[in-house]
Amino acid sequence: MTISVQSSILQSAQRAFAFGSPILELDSISLRFGGVQALTNISFNVLEHEIRAIIGPNGAGKSSMLNVINGIYVPQEGSITFRGERLSEMAPTHAARLGIARTFQNIALFRGMSVLDNIMAGRNLHMHASFVEVALQLPRARREEAENRAAVEEIIEFLEIEHIRKTPVARLPYGLQKRVELGRALAAEPTILLLDEPMAGMNIEEKQDMCRFILDVNDHYGTTIVLIEHDMGVVMDISDRVVVLDYGKKIGDGTPDEVRSDQNVIDAYLGVPH
Amino acid sequence: MPDFWFFLEVLVGGLLSGTMYALVALGFVLIYKASSVFNFAQGAMVFFAVLSFVGFMELGLPFWAALPVTVGLMILVGMGTERFVLRPLVNQSEDTLLMATIGLAFVIEGVAQLAWGVDVRRLDLGIRDEPINWVMDKTGMLVSQLDVTAAAVAGIMVAALALLFSHTKVGRGLRAVADDHAAALSIGIPLKHIWMLVWATAGVVALVAGMLWGARSGVQFALVWVALKALPVLIIGGFTSVPGVILAGLIVGAVEKIGEVFIGPFFGGGIEGWAPYMLAVLFLLIRPEGLFGEKIIRRV
Repeated sequence: MTISVQSSILQSAQRAFAFGSPILELDSISLRFGGVQALTNISFNVLEHEIRAIIGPNGAGKSSMLNVINGIYVPQEGSITFRGERLSEMAPTHAARLGIARTFQNIALFRGMSVLDNIMAGRNLHMHASFVEVALQLPRARREEAENRAAVEEIIEFLEIEHIRKTPVARLPYGLQKRVELGRALAAEPTILLLDEPMAGMNIEEKQDMCRFILDVNDHYGTTIVLIEHDMGVVMDISDRVVVLDYGKKIGDGTPDEVRSDQNVIDAYLGVPH
Repeated sequence: MPDFWFFLEVLVGGLLSGTMYALVALGFVLIYKASSVFNFAQGAMVFFAVLSFVGFMELGLPFWAALPVTVGLMILVGMGTERFVLRPLVNQSEDTLLMATIGLAFVIEGVAQLAWGVDVRRLDLGIRDEPINWVMDKTGMLVSQLDVTAAAVAGIMVAALALLFSHTKVGRGLRAVADDHAAALSIGIPLKHIWMLVWATAGVVALVAGMLWGARSGVQFALVWVALKALPVLIIGGFTSVPGVILAGLIVGAVEKIGEVFIGPFFGGGIEGWAPYMLAVLFLLIRPEGLFGEKIIRRV
């Protein structure tokens, strides 16, 4: 079960970016859908440059949590503070502008477009030419296109997907699609990267690759990463701190070792005799 | 006149009218690309646009003033459509959106006639629908000035939009929105702006198409049916491809005219009306995604 991918990197503490102050703070978040209580009174924070995991059994509210951070869901109670600024209501485009990028549990790529165009689309917020400038191909629009193309090429190289640059994403195998989606999120040069089950449905090699890329992103760009994962082994290997949810409540929070030995967490995952 | 020149005359006539079909089809492609909706109201928009243009001129506005005013009006119509028809239907199925555009078509047709009346009007663009003299002198072919001008305008418009929507920020935004709303939002592409942009652009395209068709066959309710001519063009070219509709428009125009003149007599004539649809059916059987449409990929 355990994948030991460069876990030595973490243990040796040779991280390029030291943890900073809390960049994202969630305070007493509660989210309901009608009569269904999806999240109850959840608080935790994310430090700058850390890899923070949210784990929990099926239906624990992990994806809801991510969607709250991303602004897709607006919680009925609680507050989100991002870089010291309290956000009352956050829409997804607003979150994107603040520097929060994400991937989706079920791949949400632009299927008809090539890998290159998908990742270029991720640069959207870095391109400022107006409709008219683009339409007339004025100098700024052309310069911007070239500059952003260079940035995208760097990401393509970083993720080792040069060979599929021009391939429509719908034709790619699952593991590569996930990687392209990571690339699109990275293209925005986010402050925080939210990954919704980045390794779901992957085989062992694909998982190892993905782990390596997540660690590399964190190490190379200093991006703060919040990830949801099912696979305990993976989570424990790559994350710095872990939040454990069960039935919409927080039942654990700490380093992987702390969480692993927490009785509540063990009970939630393995079940308790009644 | 030798047969060759006659054939060429028919072919050129067909190609020229084909560019005008392409122009109408372009309005559909724009909206389909951005929202995966077959916009039933496109024909109504063509009618509304040119009727308003003629209406403004009747009110005393000169040509050069009526044009920007109508462009502005069509942009407003586009934005209004986004705000009041599409935005309330975000995340609904494509069928729902299609039904909404059918309703929209009735509203636009009704409003157009309510505002401007139901009379057939003449639109004089100052270009006569007469053969170009020197072409006639040189080759004996009858090629209409209006057709050539219309084709040139349509060609420029199509080329500009093809460029805009290929590999540019706007083009990617458009396709991104069409493919996945949530993902587009997550990278900061504002759904609303893209839709407004697209509907406004489609409105302006409708105006140009309406002016060209109106100049040829009068500004009247029948312009609504011009949109039907665009259907085989769309099927042959592919619903999502701008270059596709250009080529398909030319093919449809040529097939129509050549069919009518050279094959028509065997059927007692009148095949112009249905030959393009036959071709479209053939395409549906052999290449359902069209010439340049996105390949339908199914993973098993």
